[in-house]
Amino acid sequence: MAALLQHPCYEEERLRRVADKLPCREVQAGTLLSVMGGPEQHSFPSIFIYGHRASGKSHVIHMLLRELELPHATVSCVECVSVALLFEQVLLSLFGCDAASLLPRSPSLSDFVRIYRQQCSHSPAVQTRYIVMEKAELLRDMDANLLPALLRLQELVQDNVTVILLSEIVWDKFRPNTGCFEPLQLHFPDYSKGELQQILAQDSHPSYSAELYSSYINILLGVFYSVCRDLRELRHLAALNFSKFCEPLEEGKVKESDTHKLWRNIEPHLKKAMQTVYLREVSRSFLLIAAYLASYNPARTDKRFFVKHHGKVRKTNFLKKHEKTSNHLLGPKPFPLDRLLAIFYSVVDSRVAPTASIFSQISSLVTLQLLAQVGHDDQIDAPKYKCAVSLDFIRAISRTVNFDIVKYLYDFL
Amino acid sequence: MFLTQSKSSHLAYITRGSAVLFLQRCIMGAVVTHAVCFRHLLELLRRTAVHGESNSVLIVGPRGAGKTTLLNCALRELLEEKEVKRNLLQVYLNGLLQTDDKIALKEITRQLSLENVVGDKVFGSFAENLAFLLEALKKGDRSSSRPVLFVLDEFDLFAHHRNQTLLYNLLDVSQSAQTPVAVVGLTCRLDVLELLEKRVKSRFSHRQIHLLSGMTFPQYLQRVQTQLRLPDGFPDARFSHEWNGSVQTLCEDKSVEEVLQRHFNSSKDFRSLHMLLMLSVSRVSTANPAIRPADLLEASRMCSADPKANILHGLSILELCLIIAMKHLNDIYDGEPFNLQMVHNEFKKFLQRKSHSIYNFEQPVIMKAFEHLQQLELIRPVDASAAKTQREYQLMRLMLDQSQIMEALQKYPQCPTDVKQWAMSAFG
Repeated sequence: MAALLQHPCYEEERLRRVADKLPCREVQAGTLLSVMGGPEQHSFPSIFIYGHRASGKSHVIHMLLRELELPHATVSCVECVSVALLFEQVLLSLFGCDAASLLPRSPSLSDFVRIYRQQCSHSPAVQTRYIVMEKAELLRDMDANLLPALLRLQELVQDNVTVILLSEIVWDKFRPNTGCFEPLQLHFPDYSKGELQQILAQDSHPSYSAELYSSYINILLGVFYSVCRDLRELRHLAALNFSKFCEPLEEGKVKESDTHKLWRNIEPHLKKAMQTVYLREVSRSFLLIAAYLASYNPARTDKRFFVKHHGKVRKTNFLKKHEKTSNHLLGPKPFPLDRLLAIFYSVVDSRVAPTASIFSQISSLVTLQLLAQVGHDDQIDAPKYKCAVSLDFIRAISRTVNFDIVKYLYDFL
Repeated sequence: MFLTQSKSSHLAYITRGSAVLFLQRCIMGAVVTHAVCFRHLLELLRRTAVHGESNSVLIVGPRGAGKTTLLNCALRELLEEKEVKRNLLQVYLNGLLQTDDKIALKEITRQLSLENVVGDKVFGSFAENLAFLLEALKKGDRSSSRPVLFVLDEFDLFAHHRNQTLLYNLLDVSQSAQTPVAVVGLTCRLDVLELLEKRVKSRFSHRQIHLLSGMTFPQYLQRVQTQLRLPDGFPDARFSHEWNGSVQTLCEDKSVEEVLQRHFNSSKDFRSLHMLLMLSVSRVSTANPAIRPADLLEASRMCSADPKANILHGLSILELCLIIAMKHLNDIYDGEPFNLQMVHNEFKKFLQRKSHSIYNFEQPVIMKAFEHLQQLELIRPVDASAAKTQREYQLMRLMLDQSQIMEALQKYPQCPTDVKQWAMSAFG
């Protein structure tokens, strides 16, 4: 069978290695490669690659650029809060930090093009330079001239450069009013059920046979395929639930070949886990809820609400004296981070998959001013926070995640 | 063996820099198609460069019509004259880059290499600064000045600058006899003159060169042939002959003609033709050494695919069901905006009719599906201030039409029949 990835300018062996790393995406990689052409050739000034999340867009282009050792710069538009970061990143990757440092304080597009052209005259392009922009839909929200200029960057800087835009939004929603240089559009289709099976089955576990894992994936897809076709999410789900799947095997109750029994064991669990998929994304809501509870519940009542099988809490005299003053009248109290996490994990229980991004979610809540950071900046390892939202707001949030927050508030006991 | 070796290198040549190849052909093509405009522009530029006259002209034409190419051709021919090459100064400004007059002035100073001359001087006005620059271009004996060509690409964007100062001053200079200056603007807006202030418009010569393609289909076909053929000077005459023969056969094929007719009907500009041909050429390889009709068909399919249909193909069945529910809501309520609660309700009506509801998902799952559709911009909130309302009550509009949804359902892999039937039934 002839290799799908072929090009007269690259050795077959190299391309075969690349193709092995891109399962089920050989056709797209082949098209992309033929459009990119050989290294010294000019390519189309701008290429727009679109397709669903986790359809392999970023993976394929980066694999090609890395393995074929092509000079490139990658910019994630999500991280570029200002255009200056974007320009800096490009100049840094293509020409080095000296070039990036030439940018003035608030660089304009004119400055960027000027410096790029200067750098080009010092080091003209021997090979096509690629600038890959991920989440390109965010470019629409930046300066109006940025997107049209990037599309024709090749012409503006007179260099062998190609700008590749990656997005899940279709091009029709990008086009400026008076038109622009139309990029070449490439579609990365969604993976079919068979392809997902093939790709996911590759992550087999060392202790178990490939057939077992393959049948596990088959069951997983059977449950989740109707709601979720995102490869990344499915991979996460597969990893999360595999140990539960193997439980009966571990306990010696069933053999590997008893697929029916294994299915019976895992299917209800997977159905329940479906909630997990979607609440994973709303862990931020739960984080905010936990913050609210931490701010408005006295610390001593945590045990009552959040520890399972807490037993009875005896009301002491101390409690009775302060019963009248509602915490809601006094305003939010600061709480340390570990208390927040403790309440969070208790509230969330098994409904949310633990991710390392909890901390980034906390900082994003601070940025959105839903949480306020209190205390001195030098208390790095003991930050304290306060919840800055109202009761109505938090009730609304709780409703969206089907959590009855009032049950957990001390003031409403 | 020798043949295969050289063949692959020839093929490498063909696939190599097809953009460059085409660019060269484009230039020749533009000149041929717009021969009259070319002559007109060249004459105008020569009057400034050689005879010291000042002029202004606007080159107007839709995107991809060949404006920049035309100008570059004219300049190339002009610069063949030694006098011109020695004297003519060129300043290129682009509305996308020089977004205000201050930046533009800095750029002009830079391109005229007058940064040292200007130094740290501070000028009272734009006019003063520009006058200073032009004064500096005068020759030692003050007898004459070097002619300057100002090219303003995306000319219409300059009209959005405050007071249109740059345009006013440049056109003012082009009217006075001080320095021989040619101001050439390129724009895609046919109504560009409406954008100019009265005082700016009055200083403009009102000379416009319109590049509106009057190309006929036979001419279009001829263009395709000229673009794809190998030039006469190609080293391997035998290969060149074979290749050109295959191009001839290709263009005589009926299915190819149909494809080209479709493209011609939707757009005559060179750029979209270029893209189609480039995609076809990129499929050439050692295993496939000539462009076959199938290659062109495939390239055409890629160019004219409906992107929204492609995205719909990748939705989960739940998301597709939500879209069908929205379609029904649109039918019942004449396109009134809807929110998640309404859509979920409509979906539940469908589920109630089924004996076993395998799609009976909980609220968070439905919410997530709805949010995904919003992220893909297949549905859009009615107004931006909707952020204040709770998510499931935010009003949205569907950005797809009936035919797109029905077509998507036909192509959707293993679409359950009851879902299809639900879509086709009126009023859910």
